[in-house]
Amino acid sequence: MGNALRFSRRSVLRTMTAAGGLGALGAGLPWTPAMAKTLVIGFLYVGPRDDYGYNQAHAEGAAAVKAMPGVKVLEEEKVPETIDVENSMESMINLDGASLLFPTSFGYFDPYVLKEAKKHPDLTFLHCGGLWTPGKHPTNVGSYFGYIDEAEYLSGIVAAYASKSKKLGFVAAKPIPQVLRNINSFTLGARSVDPTITTAVVFTGDWSMPVKEAEAANSLIDQGADVLTCHVDSPKVIVETAEKRGVFCTGYHASQATLAPKGYLTGAEWNWAKVYTDFVKMVQGGIKPPNLVRGGLKEGIIKTSPYGAAVSDAARKHADDVKAKFMDGSFVIYKGPIKDNKGNSVIAEGKSHGQTDIALESMNWLVEGVTGSIS
Amino acid sequence: MRPFLHGAVTRLSATRLSAVLAAPLSALAPPVAAVAVSLALFGAFVALVGVDPVEMYQLMYRGAFGTWFSWQNTLTRAAPLILTALCTALPAQLGLVIIGGEGALVLGALAAAATGMALNGAPAALVLPAMALAGMAGGALLIGGAGALRQWRGVNETISSLLLTYIAIAVLNHMVEGPLKDPSSLNKPSTPPLADAYMIGTLPGSSVHWGLVAGIVCAVAAWVLMRRTTFGFAARMVGGNPRAARMAGLPVGRLLVVTTALAGAAAGLAGMVEVAAVHGRASASLVAGYGSTGILVAFLARQNPLAVIPVAVLFGGIGASGGLLQRRLDLPDASVLVLQGIIFVVLLASEAMRGRLRLFTFARPTAAPKEA
Amino acid sequence: MDHASLGWWGVPLAVLAGAIRVSTPFLFVSLGECLTEKSGRINLGLEGTLVMGAMSGYATAYLTGNPWAGVLVAGLAGSLLGTLHAMICALERVNDIAVGIALMLLGTGLAFFLGKPFIQPQAPQLPSIPFGWWSGSAQVRSALDINPLFLVGLALAPLLLWGLRTTRWGMVLRIVGESAEAARAMGYHINRVRLLATAAGGFFAGVGGSFLSLSYPGSWNERLSSGQGITAVALVIFARWDPVLCVWASLLFGGAGALGPALQSVGVTQGYHLFNAAPYVLTLAIMIATSSSRHRLAGAPAELSVTR
Repeated sequence: MGNALRFSRRSVLRTMTAAGGLGALGAGLPWTPAMAKTLVIGFLYVGPRDDYGYNQAHAEGAAAVKAMPGVKVLEEEKVPETIDVENSMESMINLDGASLLFPTSFGYFDPYVLKEAKKHPDLTFLHCGGLWTPGKHPTNVGSYFGYIDEAEYLSGIVAAYASKSKKLGFVAAKPIPQVLRNINSFTLGARSVDPTITTAVVFTGDWSMPVKEAEAANSLIDQGADVLTCHVDSPKVIVETAEKRGVFCTGYHASQATLAPKGYLTGAEWNWAKVYTDFVKMVQGGIKPPNLVRGGLKEGIIKTSPYGAAVSDAARKHADDVKAKFMDGSFVIYKGPIKDNKGNSVIAEGKSHGQTDIALESMNWLVEGVTGSIS
Repeated sequence: MRPFLHGAVTRLSATRLSAVLAAPLSALAPPVAAVAVSLALFGAFVALVGVDPVEMYQLMYRGAFGTWFSWQNTLTRAAPLILTALCTALPAQLGLVIIGGEGALVLGALAAAATGMALNGAPAALVLPAMALAGMAGGALLIGGAGALRQWRGVNETISSLLLTYIAIAVLNHMVEGPLKDPSSLNKPSTPPLADAYMIGTLPGSSVHWGLVAGIVCAVAAWVLMRRTTFGFAARMVGGNPRAARMAGLPVGRLLVVTTALAGAAAGLAGMVEVAAVHGRASASLVAGYGSTGILVAFLARQNPLAVIPVAVLFGGIGASGGLLQRRLDLPDASVLVLQGIIFVVLLASEAMRGRLRLFTFARPTAAPKEA
Repeated sequence: MDHASLGWWGVPLAVLAGAIRVSTPFLFVSLGECLTEKSGRINLGLEGTLVMGAMSGYATAYLTGNPWAGVLVAGLAGSLLGTLHAMICALERVNDIAVGIALMLLGTGLAFFLGKPFIQPQAPQLPSIPFGWWSGSAQVRSALDINPLFLVGLALAPLLLWGLRTTRWGMVLRIVGESAEAARAMGYHINRVRLLATAAGGFFAGVGGSFLSLSYPGSWNERLSSGQGITAVALVIFARWDPVLCVWASLLFGGAGALGPALQSVGVTQGYHLFNAAPYVLTLAIMIATSSSRHRLAGAPAELSVTR
C-alpha cells in the first residue's frame, strides 16, 4: 500500500511537469486531485479491438495508457450502443472503481454517457466524437475528436497523382456528417490537383459488412476507379480487394500498408495514443480536462501513413507542402466558392470555414465532383 | 379449487391436475442439472485457455447477482428478453418455430417512435398508450404476417420470419436515415428525441425500467391464455395434432394468425419500451440482438411462458457478467456466446434424459404434444 | 479500353460477377443442407458451421501456409459440428430445429472465441482461374476470374442429383427422409444414415465458410457472415430440395446482393438500404409465389419437420 503511494506520488510529480506543456489544451484549473491511489480507467469499444480500423486505433491508444505508471486500464469490446453501455460503465465504476471513462463510440453519447455523468458528477467521462455544448451537457463530460479530413485531403492529393482514369472510389458506411466531410475533403484534395477528377461513392449501410464492402470495391473498380479509399470500421477487406485487383488505395483509421504493399499510397490515421496519454496525465496531475477537444495534424491527433513506393516525387512534394501549411495552421480546406454536386452554392465566394468551425460538423452535402446523392 | 378453470379444460383436469402439480419439480430438475453440467463444461473450456474456472464463476456471480447494482444490471438486460422470448414461445404452442423476434422488435420500435413524433405535444397519458399500441401493431403485423403466409400460402414460418427480420431492419435504417430523420441527429441518424414527459421512468428506488414489469405481466398473461382458456387449449391441440384439430372443427387458420400476431405484439412492445425507456428515439442501435437471444430463452424455457421469466433473468445475468470477464480475466466477449451455446446444447440433450430417470417418470405420463 | 468506364453496362456485369463471387458460400451451404434435409432432418446450425469453417479455414491456411489445407480443415470442422447435431437429434424427444439454433450459437461463439488471434494476420488465399483471358476489358477479366471452389460447387450439384436419384446410397437416403418407418422395416439404421447425411452437409457448409475467408471477401473477421448460412437454408426450400435448382437459387441470390452496390457505383444512391434488402425480398416473394397451402411442396421429404 505504502509502496503504491510512493510510486504514484512520484508519477504525479513527473506528470505535473508534463502537464505544463499541456497548458494549451487544458483549462489549467485545479481539480479533484487523484493522487493517493491508482487511477482506474475504463475503455469501451463498439467492435472488436483488433479490427485493423476504428476500434484498433482506440485500443492502441489504450495500450499506450497501460504503459503509464499509476494507472489500471479496463477494456470492454463489442459493447452495443444500448443500455448495455450504460450498464458496462456503471459496472466499471461500481465493481472496479473506475474514475475515468473513455466510451469510444459516437452512439454512446446521448443518452447513455450523459446519464451516467449526471449520476456520477465526481467522475470524468471523455467521449469520442460527441459535441459537448456548454449549459446543455454536464461539466464532467468531455468530447474529443480529430479533424481527420485534413489527412483525407492529403490522401486526395496523392490519389490524384496516382490516378490515370481520373476516377476515384470511396466506400462509406453511412451518409453522416463525419463521413461526408471525409468524402468531400478527399475529393477537394484530388480536384486541387486536377479539377476533372470525380469520386464515386458507395454506401454499405453499416460500419462493418465485409462482403458488401468487397462488392462495393469491385463495383467501383469495374466503373473505372483506380484509387480506392473508405470510411468503414475495418478497411482491411477494401484494401485487400484493391490490391488484388491491382488498383491503388489509401487507408483509414490505422495503417493498412502491410495489407497492400504494392498499391497502398498513404492513409489517414488517428493518433489516440497521444490524446489518451495527455488526458490521463492531466487527470493524474489534478487538472480538469477540457470539455471540448478538437485538433488535426497540427495538434498531433491525426497523422498520415508513410508514403508507399508508388507515390511519385511530384505527389510527395505537393502533399508535403500542403501538410506543412496544415502544421502551421494556415491552410483552410473549406474555402469558398464551393458548390455541391447538384450545382448549389454551399460556401459562398470569400467565405471560409476553418477546421474548428462547428458548422462543418453538421455537413449534409456532397461536393461538386462526387457522384451519388445522400437523400 | 380453481374456479376460473374453463369447461374445456376441466374435462381433462383429472389427468392434468397431477401433471400440474408434478410439473414444477420435474420441469425444473433437468434444466438445473443441465445448467450445472454446462457450467462444468465451460469451466473446463476456459481452463484450457488458462483461466481459473473457480475465479471465473466467482466473478460471474458477482457481476450478475453479487451486489444490488449487479441485480439491477441483470434485470435491465432481462426485461426485453422476456418479451422477445414470448415471440417464439407463443407460436411454439401451435408447433410453429418463429425466429423473427428481432424484426418485430425493430418494427415495433419504429412504429412507436413515429407515433411519438406524430403526437408530440399531446398529454403523456395519451401518447404512451398510443405508442405502446403502435409498437404492438408493428410487431403483430410482421409476425402475424408470417403466420398468415404459413396459413394461406404454406410458406415456412421459420424462414419467412427470418427474411422479414432482414427486411424490417432495412426499413428501419431507411426511415431513420431518410423520411423520419432528425436533421440534428448528425452522426447517429435517428428520429427526433422523445420529450422527457414521454419517457418511461424506472422502478422506484432502482435503475430498472418499467419494461421489466411489462414483460412479467405479458408472460403471465400469455401463460393464462395458453393454459387456462379455450383459446389456449385449442391452440395447443393444433400444436399436438393439426389434422385432428382440423377434423374437430377448430378454426386453425384464425388460431394461427391470432397467436402469431400476439407473439409479434409482445416483441413489438419490447421495441416500444426500448424507445420510450432506453433510447428515447429510433436508430440503428435498436438492432442489438435481443430478438435472437429471445429465441434461446424461449427454447430453454421449453416454450413455457412462465419459465421464460427466470430463464431471461439467467441470460440477463450471463450478459451482465460478460463485461467483468473481459476486464478482469481478459476473456474475449464471445465467451458469453460459448457459454450460452453449451447450455443450450446440453439442455436439449438432457431432454432425452427426461423420463429415463426414475425420479421424474411420474411427470406427464400421457405423451406430451408438439415438437416433432 | 483499359480504363474505360462501363457506365450503365457495368450494372449487369456487376450483377453477373457478383452472382459468381457471392454465390459460392450459398451454393455450398444449400447443397449440404439439401443432402441433410433429404434424410428428413433440418440443420439450422449451418450458420454456425459456416462461421466456424471460415475461421478454422483461415487459421489453418495462415498456420500452414496452404489455403487448400484450410479448405479441408474447414470441411472437417463442419462435419464435426454436423455429427454433433446428428448425435443430439438421435436422442429421443429432441427437436432438430432447436438443436440447429443451439449449434448456430455454439459454432459462432467458438469461432469468435478461438478466432481472435487470426483477425489481424493475412492468410494465403485460394488461387483463381482466369477464364476471362480472351477479353480486352479488365472488368470482364476480373468478373471471370473464377475460384475453383465455385466450379467444384457447380459440378457437385448435378453429381448430387444423380447420386440421389440413381445410386443405392441415394435411394436409402431418400427412403429414410420419406418414411422412417418404411426404412426401419427394410432394415436400415435411420440414425446412422442421418448422421452421415448431416456430417456430409456440415462438411459442405464448412467448405462454403472457407470460401468466405480464403477467397471472397478473403479475410477473417466477426462480421464476415451476415446470415449467409441461414439464408442458404431458406434457399433449399425454394429450390425444392433439388441440388441443380440450388445452383440457380444461389446465383440469383448472389446477383441480387450485388445489385445495390452496382447501382450506387453509377450514382443511384437513394434508398440504398432498400436495394441492399433486395435478396431477402426476392427470396420471400419467390417463396410466396411458389408455395401452396393445399399440398406439400414437390420434392419435400415427408419426414422433414418444417414441411409438415
